[in-house]
Amino acid sequence: MTAEPLPEHPDFLWRTPEPRSSYDVVIVGAGGHGLATAYYLARNHGITRVAVLEKGWLAGGNMARNTTIIRSNYLWDESAAIYEHALKLWERLPEELDYDFLFSQRGVLNLAHTLQDVREGVRRVGANRLNGVDAEWLEPDEVAKVCPILNVSPRTRYPVLGATFQPRAGIAKHDHVAWALARRADMLGVDLIQGCEVTGFLKDGDRVVGVETNLGRIHAGRVGLAAAGHSSVLAERAGLRLPVQSHPLQALVSELHEPVHPTVVMSNHVHVYVSQAHKGELVMGAGVDAYNGYGQRGSFHVIERQMAAAVELFPVFARAHVLRTWGGIVDVTPDASPIIGATPVENLYVNCGWGTGGFKATPAAGWTFAHTLATGEPHPLNAPFALERFTTGALIDEHGAAAVAH
Amino acid sequence: MLLITCPWCGPRDETEYHYGGQAHVPYPERPADLTDEQWAAYVFYRDNPKGPFAERWMHGTGCRRWFNVLRDTATHEVLASYRLDEPRPGGNR
Ligand SMILES: Cc1cc2nc3c(=O)[nH]c(=O)nc-3n(C[C@H](O)[C@H](O)[C@H](O)COP(=O)(O)OP(=O)(O)OC[C@H]3O[C@@H](n4cnc5c(N)ncnc54)[C@H](O)[C@@H]3O)c2cc1C
Ligand SMILES: [Zn+2]
Repeated sequence: MTAEPLPEHPDFLWRTPEPRSSYDVVIVGAGGHGLATAYYLARNHGITRVAVLEKGWLAGGNMARNTTIIRSNYLWDESAAIYEHALKLWERLPEELDYDFLFSQRGVLNLAHTLQDVREGVRRVGANRLNGVDAEWLEPDEVAKVCPILNVSPRTRYPVLGATFQPRAGIAKHDHVAWALARRADMLGVDLIQGCEVTGFLKDGDRVVGVETNLGRIHAGRVGLAAAGHSSVLAERAGLRLPVQSHPLQALVSELHEPVHPTVVMSNHVHVYVSQAHKGELVMGAGVDAYNGYGQRGSFHVIERQMAAAVELFPVFARAHVLRTWGGIVDVTPDASPIIGATPVENLYVNCGWGTGGFKATPAAGWTFAHTLATGEPHPLNAPFALERFTTGALIDEHGAAAVAH
Repeated sequence: MLLITCPWCGPRDETEYHYGGQAHVPYPERPADLTDEQWAAYVFYRDNPKGPFAERWMHGTGCRRWFNVLRDTATHEVLASYRLDEPRPGGNR
């Protein structure tokens, strides 16, 4: 295994236009989801009078902060369908976008440390296979073959009793994913407008007809929110309440190392997940802080616990140094599944609630949200993820069911 | 790491506490009369402000009692902590 060279840093991959006074569709938030939505609006639906408005810089939110794990081994049929659609899109996107963003299908191990973990993992492998998702159950000695630096000794505090393995899972270079989508969307005529904060909504009665921004008013046929952690803050300005709670989620990286870690390892029980970036950093994440927060930093004890878990699982990391830690703000729903669809406010659509795991869904979120914005109707893949499920009770409860909620 | 003041035990590290979400969410007075929408609102919808937020915490490794905290979710500043039978400081619920 050798470190792959990074793609060139782009110079001018997209234009920097002044906002026009009106668009067919305005998307709020130029994270991966907003950009993918704009790309598919143009590519799949021929709708190019589209603006993506970003208060900061393009893809500087959670898109720039996540640990880039891509997989589709979710338990429920609805989730498996949308995440597997995403994975299939990931597999063809580098060629389609003509941009090598280092999508690396190095596989993911989800470790089991208790008998209940084992049962849940074996069940999920069965469910995955029934849904056409590649999945295997591995015994500890097989786990060690996939990831030789992992400590599978029975003498640790929480021994590895086995793992699920999805060989097609992996990681991608997140910034480059965003730039690749942005470049193509721009080429197709989409206006990407940075430094443009949506501060309110233009309404005609109960209908949204545009947005107020620091750069003035922009009229829109339809408005799609893709604002991740700030979804509810924004929706409130349109008089809409969303069942999401915003939490800080942290990640960290070590200094650069030779390639030592060939796959992605996640553990729900001791809660750490680790991969090695293309350049050589060990990239690690853990769970959200329990409390609500917008501060883009979390608590130190979360880092302490994830490091303790990492060092026990990977003794070889004991001397690695932490180079950088950071936090993002993720919006979590009561059933840990996203909300993509219409809202009670006419012409206002939401894509939110992806919580700690929306990066992997980026292409499918864009695909289905674009369909919904173009037609006013849900795509079969996002129909189950409507806001109404909290009233009907048709929840897609991935909390504890998925291989950790990421 | 937050420094939170338990009304009974005084200031302690965040790790001594358990988080309980939004405070002042009353159980419906006449549950049998609620529509599906009202039940959904009660069960699944909570405030999520960027700014002062009244929330519940439990002093798990101390007195094990629940109490309320008024905290700024943008700055992490703990503005007040108070007993469950006390109103939110500064009015406004
Ligand atoms: C530490 C961390 C680790 C993660 N790890 C993983 C992982 O390994 N795998 C995975 O699948 N997912 C992961 N995630 C989750 C993933 O990053 C998110 O679910 C996903 O990025 C959300 O979609 P997005 O990319 O559009 O969000 P963002 O990139 O956050 O985009 C939202 C954008 O909206 C903008 N915005 C907000 N309000 C306004 C406004 N009023 N006006 C204009 N613009 C506005 C923001 O500035 C931001 O750029 C992780 C997240 C974090 C924080
Ligand atoms: Zn106490």
